[in-house]
Amino acid sequence: MAFAIQFVIDVLSLGGAYALMALGLVIIYGILRLVNFAYGELIMVAGYTMFLSSGSGLPWIVMAVLAVGMAVLFGILTDYVAFRPVRAKSVTAVLITSFAFSNLLQNAALLFISPRPRNVPLPDIFSQTVTIGGAITPVRNLITIAASIVLLAAVAFLMRKTTLGIAMRAAATNFTMARMLGVPANLIISSAFALSGFLAGVVGILWIGRIGTVVPGVGLEPLLVAFIATVIGGMRSLPGAVIGGFLLALIDTTLNYTLSQDLLKFRDAFTFSLVILILLWRPQGLIPGPASGQRT
Amino acid sequence: MLDIRDLSVSYGTIRAVRGISFTVGKGELVSLLGANGAGKSSTIKCIAGALKASGGSITLGGKDITSASPEQVVRAGLATVPETRDVFPDLTVAENLMLGAYIHRRDQAGNRENLERLHTLFPRLAERSHQPAGTLSGGEQQMLVIARALMSRPTVLLLDEPSLGLAPAIVERIFEMIETLKTSGLTILLVEQNVNQALAVADRAYVMRLGAIVTSGTANEIRATSDLSAHYLGG
Repeated sequence: MAFAIQFVIDVLSLGGAYALMALGLVIIYGILRLVNFAYGELIMVAGYTMFLSSGSGLPWIVMAVLAVGMAVLFGILTDYVAFRPVRAKSVTAVLITSFAFSNLLQNAALLFISPRPRNVPLPDIFSQTVTIGGAITPVRNLITIAASIVLLAAVAFLMRKTTLGIAMRAAATNFTMARMLGVPANLIISSAFALSGFLAGVVGILWIGRIGTVVPGVGLEPLLVAFIATVIGGMRSLPGAVIGGFLLALIDTTLNYTLSQDLLKFRDAFTFSLVILILLWRPQGLIPGPASGQRT
Repeated sequence: MLDIRDLSVSYGTIRAVRGISFTVGKGELVSLLGANGAGKSSTIKCIAGALKASGGSITLGGKDITSASPEQVVRAGLATVPETRDVFPDLTVAENLMLGAYIHRRDQAGNRENLERLHTLFPRLAERSHQPAGTLSGGEQQMLVIARALMSRPTVLLLDEPSLGLAPAIVERIFEMIETLKTSGLTILLVEQNVNQALAVADRAYVMRLGAIVTSGTANEIRATSDLSAHYLGG
């Protein structure tokens, strides 16, 4: 029983983090048909904001809000620096500028801060454990689960019930048509980047909370995870990204529990083999996403 | 109301529209006729702001909208129904209509009133309000796209091939509806391949061929003087 509870908590907390990462990536992809390779750096920005504000004596929660705020700001900055100037030109150009912006931010962190890991302030609650039904689990896992439930519900509400959210969904299906109804392109794209930055910021705190330190390359793994989760779930579907995130966490956790010590270092090879199998079965992803305004 | 002067549209080196000029007066229903590839849809897309003009000017109610973005054009009072019948398939009928009123999103009372009026004009849309738009039939989707355009309370409506690919009975109803809209005082530019239907409702018409306007006049003049089939069959 304790084992089952442990397993479920592990899957849900890892899955929650993965789902939020994937959601932040797919919100941009859905509208611009483009993977934002600078996405991982938004997580890095959140981490370094925490590090830089650690000496300020501010309460932790204020630092966390500041970190998320910086991730949102840098998300919007990504739009202005890397996307908007070349958006009308070509997809290749935008792909390259997003890579360039990612590199620029990473190198700025290397140059102005340090290539070595920096400690991030974390409240005591992040290192405490609780016992639930005989299973000892870190409180931060429960915080991650709670945060992901709240955020997934909030994003679902935003996308289904608000005019901005519905306009974003419309723009994801047919951008030109949405504009012909007066939905402003720049507002929609900037909102998507802001939302993406917000999710990256929260994930950044939760993710870095697991490791306790931040390095310039900290965003690479979340970017990869988010990318794989969206590919499994369907590149253009928001629910797909969430399902993909949880599925990937289920695969990872199951392998963690079942592989022997010798094989565990090859865990990613097993994970990716399974991902290949899923894609052979469902090349469009589990949920193919909105039909792109084709006539029925 | 809508004034097109020497408008040109190019795709790379190909000139799809070669310096055409025409006008649509207030409350008028003007039809733009021509075969496939005559440049009608390029003209419409250009007026709607979805395509950049390579020359000439477009004015709407005295205001220059030549280089306006699609969102600026709709705010200036011109709504477009593209030939591709672009409903947002995953959004419900109600959500589609709500987005049509995006530029009036602060005026909820006005939108409700407008929606009620459109629901009496298109009762099917009221019945299917909470259904995803992708599940509607072709005719219903066409009505939704027109109703959605009207939610922006335009002074000028561009209709690009509203009868394309629809059953004759539904085409009949679409044209009845266009007449109703015209009676209500709306200024309409109607692009059609269905010449007889279009001339039946239009006040005036222009005929395009190979990117240029070859004939213009009242519906009766066009019917009487020009050999339309020649323009359509490329003769």
